[in-house]
Amino acid sequence: MADAPRVTTGRWGIDGADTIEGYLEHDGYEGLKKAVSMPPDEIIDEVKASGLRGRGGAGFPTGAKWGFIPKDTGKPVYVCCNADEGEPGTFKDRELMERDPHQLIEGIAITSYAVGCTQAFIYMRGEFLEPARRIERALAEAYDRSYLGKNVAGSKVSIDIVMHRGAGSYECGEETALLESLEGKRGQPRLRPPFPAVEGLYGSPTVINNVETLATVPHIVRNGAGWFTGMGTEKSPGTKIFCVSGAVERPGNYEAPLGTPARVIIDELAGGVPGGKQVKAWVPGGSSTPFLTPELLDTPMDFESIQAAGSLLGTGAIVVLGEDDCIVEAVLRWLQFYAHESCGKCTPCREGTWWLVKVLHRMENGGGRMEDLPIMDDVGDNILFKSFCAFGDGAVSPILSGLRHFRDEFERHVEANGCPYKDRPVLAAATPRTGGAEGTIPAGEVIP
Amino acid sequence: MPVLDDDLRRTAEEIVARYPSPRSAMLPLLYLVQSVQGHVTREGMQEIAGILDVTTAEVEAVVTFYTMLKRRPTGKWVLSVCTNVSCAVVGGRRLYERAREAVGEDHGTADGQISIEEVECLGACDAAPVVQVNYCNYDRVTEEQLLGLVEKLRADDPPPPARGPAPRDHAATSRILAGLGDDRG
Repeated sequence: MADAPRVTTGRWGIDGADTIEGYLEHDGYEGLKKAVSMPPDEIIDEVKASGLRGRGGAGFPTGAKWGFIPKDTGKPVYVCCNADEGEPGTFKDRELMERDPHQLIEGIAITSYAVGCTQAFIYMRGEFLEPARRIERALAEAYDRSYLGKNVAGSKVSIDIVMHRGAGSYECGEETALLESLEGKRGQPRLRPPFPAVEGLYGSPTVINNVETLATVPHIVRNGAGWFTGMGTEKSPGTKIFCVSGAVERPGNYEAPLGTPARVIIDELAGGVPGGKQVKAWVPGGSSTPFLTPELLDTPMDFESIQAAGSLLGTGAIVVLGEDDCIVEAVLRWLQFYAHESCGKCTPCREGTWWLVKVLHRMENGGGRMEDLPIMDDVGDNILFKSFCAFGDGAVSPILSGLRHFRDEFERHVEANGCPYKDRPVLAAATPRTGGAEGTIPAGEVIP
Repeated sequence: MPVLDDDLRRTAEEIVARYPSPRSAMLPLLYLVQSVQGHVTREGMQEIAGILDVTTAEVEAVVTFYTMLKRRPTGKWVLSVCTNVSCAVVGGRRLYERAREAVGEDHGTADGQISIEEVECLGACDAAPVVQVNYCNYDRVTEEQLLGLVEKLRADDPPPPARGPAPRDHAATSRILAGLGDDRG
């Protein structure tokens, strides 16, 4: 894997690549210069031909998304970069922005030109103070050298980018909630249709792309779709950054072709579970993607293969739990996260996550009952696909897949009247994440 | 006494002018009033409502949605400890408990110097367990380092974070978050 192609992380080892000088020395803004000499539709066609799929979790074809932007509506077109990275286990966009901020800016500029946008936004996660500082500095440098502003890269094109900070909300990474937040409202999702491509920001046609997606665009424009499809698999071309964390020796961001087996990424790149211990469970794409078992570690990390294995590629954030980690507690912690972050718009998600935390909490701390297992199956089924956005579907991934693959571990918690693991790290949150959801319910109380 | 003086009013108008629609300035303006008062007060919300021509209730609806907008007095140094799974498997929860013991059960020191928060994934799981001081990251923090960090914050002397310059206090950080520029070097 040492000689694996590096695309978006290609400049990470280069000193000064985060400055405009360093960036220009290493092919910086060559993609933009080429792009503004092309008709915009040709860029969209090239990205379509590359097969690039969104790197923010959903994997939607990027070129198709751009192609949905209607022409000549009389309204402005907006491009929003989704830099609200918050999916537990995911940390690629942060590092991309810290190490190579101009690459993202170039990607936004090319995208803007391709879809006819002159005003783009970066929706930056509020807690990302350092990525924001570097992006701000890079924006100033790009304006200074006329890669942004008027007459971009010597053309007649104008492109402005405004960085907008969030204020602490996972849900704002959902694209329509992001638009609401950018419009100065609570970050709650919108009903679709209309899709953002038709009615997005301020009711205008809008493209929303993830940081990693946009960072890939300059390379495709510069090197061509054929170069990109030469990497990865037929339906999942290119490379992807895999964020590996949890019970591994060397947690970190590792770029590899899509289709690389999970085992190679976890064992060879991230060094495997510390102490030579075994993997108990892993998620391939952040907490919103179902758990997989160690038997599936040879699954290729591409959209199709991971889906066939029963999970989702998501953001490519692999979180590893080792043999000493408690599944129930990890599920509880992630449900606490979802209960805390649920925007509250849809009843199944708002109430369901709250109740799941209650039941999981007593299972972990004593008072769990065997009949709680089907209750959790049922609550999960009543959240799945029953809310406005994908948050609720993601929220039940840990519990439904946990029950499916590790039901015996839940049963052992009931038999032991609490967590049977001793001397383990404590995974669950210490403070109420939902304003009191963690109060245990007496074991005899019936949950409606 | 208004929350935003004449200078800050002009600043607010500049922020509003960045956007095609004034209401988009909501979050930056909330950070701006937070930088003046340490947290967002009712008076602050009323002034923003006036600037953006919305009701105070609409502003309050936004404030209550976001964790970085504080509705109560907040410490000069906000120490955020991630306890999500990737941090927890390497001791994030214990770090949080140590921090609570060090500053008191009320999530903060009585003198308003330090506030402790248990937070969700900070997007830096490669460096778990991670804590932030006013949103600057400290990587692979041990319990000993955490207690040392708390002592440094008591003395207004935050050590250099993992990347970038040292954090400023919460009010100054709120100015950065309002989009007034990060001039820490």
